Amino acid sequence: MGFMSPAESFVVAIGTKKGLWLATSPDRQDWSLSGPHFLMTEVPSIGIDTRDGRTRIMVGVRSEHWGPTVAHSDDLGASWTEPEQGAIGFPEDTGAALERIWQIYPDAESRPGVVWAGAEPISVWKSTDGGEHFELNRGLWDHPHRSEWGAGFGGAAAHSIVVNPAGDNVHVAMSTGGVYRSLDGGTSWEPRNKGISAYFMPDPNPEFGQCVHKIAADAAVEGRLYAQNHHGVYRTDDNAENWESIAEGLPADFGFVMLTHPRREGTAWVVPLKADGERIPPDGKLAVHRTDDAGASWKRLDSGLPENEYNSVLRDAASVDSAEPAGVYFGTRGGTVYASADEGETFTEVASHLPDVLCVRAAVVAGA
Amino acid sequence: MFCACGQPWWQVPDISVVLPSVLQPLAGGQPVLTAPADGPVTVAKLLDSVTGNYPVLARRLRDETGALRRYVNIYVNGDEVRRLQGLETEVAAGQEVLVIQSVAGG
Repeated sequence: MGFMSPAESFVVAIGTKKGLWLATSPDRQDWSLSGPHFLMTEVPSIGIDTRDGRTRIMVGVRSEHWGPTVAHSDDLGASWTEPEQGAIGFPEDTGAALERIWQIYPDAESRPGVVWAGAEPISVWKSTDGGEHFELNRGLWDHPHRSEWGAGFGGAAAHSIVVNPAGDNVHVAMSTGGVYRSLDGGTSWEPRNKGISAYFMPDPNPEFGQCVHKIAADAAVEGRLYAQNHHGVYRTDDNAENWESIAEGLPADFGFVMLTHPRREGTAWVVPLKADGERIPPDGKLAVHRTDDAGASWKRLDSGLPENEYNSVLRDAASVDSAEPAGVYFGTRGGTVYASADEGETFTEVASHLPDVLCVRAAVVAGA
Repeated sequence: MFCACGQPWWQVPDISVVLPSVLQPLAGGQPVLTAPADGPVTVAKLLDSVTGNYPVLARRLRDETGALRRYVNIYVNGDEVRRLQGLETEVAAGQEVLVIQSVAGG
């Protein structure tokens, strides 16, 4: 365990089908749980923003009856604020209505206040006031391909947003449109899916239309990203110009999760599921797999995980923290959340018997 | 001062909108919101009127296109407005409008 100031603690926000729970810990071993917050609403997206000298938890919440909205808390969930006019709302001329917020992504440390969101219907949004108000990204909304983007089983959404530290490269992944890249900070967009298979399409190598489940950037190598596809695990080293398979060595190439290390080159985690007919961990044996060499090899990590687990792990139901060593967290659709304080080598249980977990986000925060 | 129907304003009857308990905190705790009506108004205009000071409540009932959310039901004289003229259904002065969420979900 690395040095940790006593003024720091850990928070894991758990978004489920029926509300939000918050787990806090001084040491990533013993966890205290609060909740449910937003009982009877689903929480499919969470962003924890530790910039600007405060901890702001932003959540996308959605009631079946009363619709979607974004709320935030600056006191670790003791109180929540919802902007009166709503943080995200489609402009009148679009004729569209927000269905669900799939992603809340605080931008780089150097751009405090900038927060991105991905939503359903497929759209990307940007806030410059810490997530209180977002503007629709018109470049992507008006893209000529939009009418051809399909809907994954969970909905038609921009579910992954990755921005490089310089702020000029923005990558978005959507179901089922694939990866789109902007080289001008989000003004214009081009599909970048060369090498990613869409075996379910008439042309298995289309320009776009791939079902990319999650993308994540290598924090230490500019232009390197990883993708977990609907069958297929990939890496690009040239800013998504070309993707190559890194699935060899995994028990299955299906899954939803793709996590990368907050600092170390070549380190990423996936949670393989057998598919398409069996969307469970292979043989019911849940394991996280980590690569330390950018996908050349994978290590199976299941210490502390149950002998049998038949629930899947959704794309945003996993997270890393920024501590040293990094913590790894994930939750299942069976409502169990696991934490590792040693980069996945051993897991302990944070919570169990919750509603199905849609989203997990972890952070190191000041104070308890 | 007189309203368009010729009645003094203090005699203009109200239209009442009855909220379910779960939404009342978004209306300052009020179970019923009222709007003065000097003649029939549409449900859409009535909602505009009574939620004007409560934008979060407004967004719970209708999305940003103005459409009624799928599982929000509004009853005028015992009939759900989707079986009438939807948000264009007219409500007469003195009538009561009920907002009720669908019995749904698992």
